[in-house]
Amino acid sequence: MTPSTSPMGQPLDRVDGPLKVTGQARYAAEFEIPGLLYGSVVNGTIARGRVIAIDSTAAEAVPGVRLVLTHENRPPIASYDEPYEDEDAAEGSPFRPLYNDRVLYSGQPLALVVAESLEAARHAASLVRIEYEAEPHQTDLALVRDHAHPAPGEVPSRGHFEDAYRGAALQVEHQYGTPIEHHNPMEPHASTVHYQPGGELLIHDKTQGVQNCMQYVEKVFGLQGKVRVCAPFVGGAFGSGLRPQYQLPLAVMAALRLKRSVRVELKRQQMFTFGYRPRTLQRLAIGASPNGQLEALFHGSLGQTSRFEDFTEHEVEWSGALYACDNVKLEYELGSLDVYTPLDMRAPGAAVGVYALEMAMDEVAYAAAIDPLQLRLRNYTDINGNQGKPYSSKELRACYEQGAERFGWSRRPLEPRSLREGRELIGWGMATGVWEAMQMPASAKACLESDGRLVVSSATADIGTGTYTAMTQIAADALGLPVDKVEFRLGDSALPKAPLEGGSATVSSVGSAVSRACASLRQHILDAAQQTPASPFTGASLDDVSFENGELISRRDPQARVSLAQVIQTSGTLEAEARAEPGEERKKWATGTHSAVFAEVRVDEALGTVRVTRVVSAVAAGRVVNPKTAANQITGGVVWGIGMALQEETWTDHRLGRFMNHNLAEYHVPVNADVHDIEVFFVEEEDSVVNDLGSKGVGEIGIVGVAAAIANAIYHATGKRVRDLPITPDKLI
Amino acid sequence: MSARHPCTGGGGIAARPVTLELNGQHRSLDVEPWTTLLDLLRERLGLTGTKKGCDHGQCGACTVLVDGKRINACLALAVMCDGKRVTTIEGLARGDQLHPMQAAFVSHDAFQCGYCTPGQICSAVGLVAEGRAQGRDDIREQMSGNICRCGAYPNILAAIEEAAPQTRAWLEEGER
Amino acid sequence: MNPFDYACPSSVDEAVALAGPDSRFIAGGTNILDLMKENVLRPGRLIDITRLPLGEIASTLEGGLRIGALVSNSDLAWHPEVQHRYPLLAQAILSGASAQLRNMATTGGNLLQRTRCWYFYDTGTPCNKREPGSGCGARDGVNRMHAILGASDACVAVHPSDMCVALAALEARVQVKGPHGERSILFEDFHRLPGDQPERDNVLADDELITAVELPAEGFANHSAYLKVRERASYAFALVSVAAALDLDGNTIRRARLALGGVAHKPWRREKAEALLVGRRAEDGAFAQAAEALLEGSQPLTYNAFKPELARRAIIRALTDAAGGTAR
Repeated sequence: MTPSTSPMGQPLDRVDGPLKVTGQARYAAEFEIPGLLYGSVVNGTIARGRVIAIDSTAAEAVPGVRLVLTHENRPPIASYDEPYEDEDAAEGSPFRPLYNDRVLYSGQPLALVVAESLEAARHAASLVRIEYEAEPHQTDLALVRDHAHPAPGEVPSRGHFEDAYRGAALQVEHQYGTPIEHHNPMEPHASTVHYQPGGELLIHDKTQGVQNCMQYVEKVFGLQGKVRVCAPFVGGAFGSGLRPQYQLPLAVMAALRLKRSVRVELKRQQMFTFGYRPRTLQRLAIGASPNGQLEALFHGSLGQTSRFEDFTEHEVEWSGALYACDNVKLEYELGSLDVYTPLDMRAPGAAVGVYALEMAMDEVAYAAAIDPLQLRLRNYTDINGNQGKPYSSKELRACYEQGAERFGWSRRPLEPRSLREGRELIGWGMATGVWEAMQMPASAKACLESDGRLVVSSATADIGTGTYTAMTQIAADALGLPVDKVEFRLGDSALPKAPLEGGSATVSSVGSAVSRACASLRQHILDAAQQTPASPFTGASLDDVSFENGELISRRDPQARVSLAQVIQTSGTLEAEARAEPGEERKKWATGTHSAVFAEVRVDEALGTVRVTRVVSAVAAGRVVNPKTAANQITGGVVWGIGMALQEETWTDHRLGRFMNHNLAEYHVPVNADVHDIEVFFVEEEDSVVNDLGSKGVGEIGIVGVAAAIANAIYHATGKRVRDLPITPDKLI
Repeated sequence: MSARHPCTGGGGIAARPVTLELNGQHRSLDVEPWTTLLDLLRERLGLTGTKKGCDHGQCGACTVLVDGKRINACLALAVMCDGKRVTTIEGLARGDQLHPMQAAFVSHDAFQCGYCTPGQICSAVGLVAEGRAQGRDDIREQMSGNICRCGAYPNILAAIEEAAPQTRAWLEEGER
Repeated sequence: MNPFDYACPSSVDEAVALAGPDSRFIAGGTNILDLMKENVLRPGRLIDITRLPLGEIASTLEGGLRIGALVSNSDLAWHPEVQHRYPLLAQAILSGASAQLRNMATTGGNLLQRTRCWYFYDTGTPCNKREPGSGCGARDGVNRMHAILGASDACVAVHPSDMCVALAALEARVQVKGPHGERSILFEDFHRLPGDQPERDNVLADDELITAVELPAEGFANHSAYLKVRERASYAFALVSVAAALDLDGNTIRRARLALGGVAHKPWRREKAEALLVGRRAEDGAFAQAAEALLEGSQPLTYNAFKPELARRAIIRALTDAAGGTAR
């Protein structure tokens, strides 16, 4: 066999595809348990105050209702903060559902009605009456600017921004705003708690971290060693499953109280009653030379958070990393409001921060009267200025060049309003995208079963990211097996330790662990092969053999070969577990993924409507394990960018302190008709530092820069700068 | 078939007998008036391939075919489907042979998380049966009742374009 | 949803006899079940009218079309007669909802769609339409989607239908049957402005059933346009929509119809605006005057100050398109 048949880098069909297209893939609310009870959550309607009384008489009278759970009758739960602090917890005091009578935000879960059927639970929930003592609240970030506090953690700065800015020939200063957005994965959050005869809990939860949820339930309810959490399929999450959401502890409470199995599935409206992408108010001031060389850069952001936790994300750091500039000042503040804590949402921080930066860069380009792409190239750097370290790899220049080529950027006239067809103004815009290339410690187990199949496992997740498929390819490659002889298992807290499935770090972290576990298994296989009488491998080391097409082959004598199935027949099942963590070498380098995004818009100026007719996204993300699933993820990121640029916004009635468009009819995400030609490709990028595989993640990078590219294209089309997202028709007429 | 169901909170209101031709099988059930077709499929019949994304006709994840037409199962009362032919994602394949639309969704990677997928596929089959999509823009418009939050729309479009002719043949065979 | 009694009558008379204040008719169910799941509506009985013989589309003696109340939105929109003679109606229907919803929703039900006002839908907020006397959350709330014309202190909701905007422009009639017999209501008179009774969307009594919608012979087939401005390309309610229909003699307007959606509690027409166009050349100046007349007295709210200008531009565009010939 030749290396070209390696499954690595092949556009393999998703291995879980057949299960998904036939409806056989089961999600958190789809596990059948005899005698299952259904919980329906009652949410509060005031933004701040106390619960005075809960009248559940009418609800309890509904036939089939077994329990109305409130803060007054819930089972005991932990009283300190620490047990509630999950792996993605923000600094502060985590929310505790049904803990006491305090109302901290509108939509807070205040009761759970449990019944023998879903219909009875839902109906009874509508009959629960809650009396409040309301207190004055504040939910408007713009009104707490003067009371903002610095975000925990330090943001880097360098040089002398003020002096340099004052002396700069070109000065561009503007404010940018991004609204609250909600993740809205298609699958609502749900937990099915299977109460076992011994009091143990087997939980199917919608989560990006089964072990995170297991530990949370164990600690909050004092159930050490009695909880197993599974999530074999997750119907999208985009960050919403990084923290345990309230349906999980509510379902557990009911199960413990009734000693029965319970499911709690949130309604779509309730998907607007926990984390979200925070609203930001940002300011950029860029000083540049007449030819666009950056001399001074300020980027400040005010983000919103709750009163009980300080949610932080990297919003402004990108401005200190992406371009060469000696004088950089960054600021990051938070405004505390009577709202739930924000939550990481696809490319947290970067989606909003790079939006502002890349629109400001476009404004600098126009101030300097140079092509926006030329401006980026003029300020190009291979060094992350925040850290003062070179990038382990950064093929952004290739992204710019190849992306521009495919898009036809060179034909772009600089002047706004110069392209028109019929009633539509046409605009071309571009932006840079950037995300981190992280690696977290992770473990995996590889097991060669007696039937010759390789089973590899780790407690990670596949939220649509293609984890099943990519890990299968990595493992198949490592042992020279066809992919159909490999099975990857995930989404079970009993499997080897894995980090949260987020931050575009799964291939890097879990993939490296899989690769190491397989490497270790290779040694076991060789050892076992050497045990057979007259083994041709006696004395051979791993360097002397290869694993190809299900066989162990001697490099010295290719005739000397044995099939893995034969080896396993004599040795019995072989297994190896390994842990991979970031190498020392990484510390010397900065790491990141990069992209160049080019967008074409057509604006009906009279009506203010915008169509994004063409997007080219060129991505540098190291070695791509599966170009088919990876490109799909990038495409999805571009679609998210279209939504962010033109549609997505959660509206708050600040008098009520309440989100108002809490459904999918009025919280707009792109539909099929909004999406036209999207071309995604990966540039060659080799990286021996980032991890064993040389692969970086692609979950976030796809969205970063897209909204800016579209907004910049709208400027190019119309001559109008809209700095507050989303760019709805009213802002363009 | 498994028709018994615990009390669903209706007080004195009786469940009503309903007969369906579900995925080619005759099913007789007793159903409370307030049970939706979606909840009947998912919670009582174990057919969880039909998804609940919004429960309000705003996402399309629950799309099924009733008498060959695509509808939102979340906004249909089960009692009102009496005597009708219901096809869900579980009823599309013939044994181990995937329906051409299912096969095209796999080969074009027309999904990520898979949660909207059964609804997309049923909707796409319904679209082909309607026969009113003349080109790509029509397909995009007529598939806009199925939200894919993962954003796999270009691949969904490609899958439908490819599978449309075979789906037409498949539908004609089914009628014979 | 609350538990409810269910009846499935087989004749119109039987259905009407079953009707009452605590009952609701159900056909497509796309709006009523949506609202029942939100606990906005809690009827004691649903009367399933889908078995009634109201599913036909037939010619009338006057040369128009009688559309049975149970004809689905998609069957209506794709009906050859409608496509050919009433393209304005077909366009309007196809710009609303999704293919799935259009397969379910009926002609009669479309007329009875409730508003999409966010406060109406959210039982955690005040709303006079849902709960008379509780106050209007939207008037000083997030009222981006709300009315700029014909609103009252009690209610600023808008009617959400696209189809009704076209029916208003076409001067359809609504056929209704009640315990005391049948009546025919001019479309213009069917929906109400909110006044101090916003809980009443239309003039239908609790025990009256829509049996059909009748289109007059004139469909303005050659010069009509339905324009919908919304925040995404499909599957979204209108910020503003316009049904424009012209009868031209050369380039001179003989007759004109103009109705707006997304701006009022009912499809918005004004005789004055249409009269202004008659006898004029079909061009921007006349269109702009008609727009001014139709929008005169607009009272935008905190978040929808853009609507009068957007509506003005949409009207001119729709009239221009109509004058240029119906898009087929």
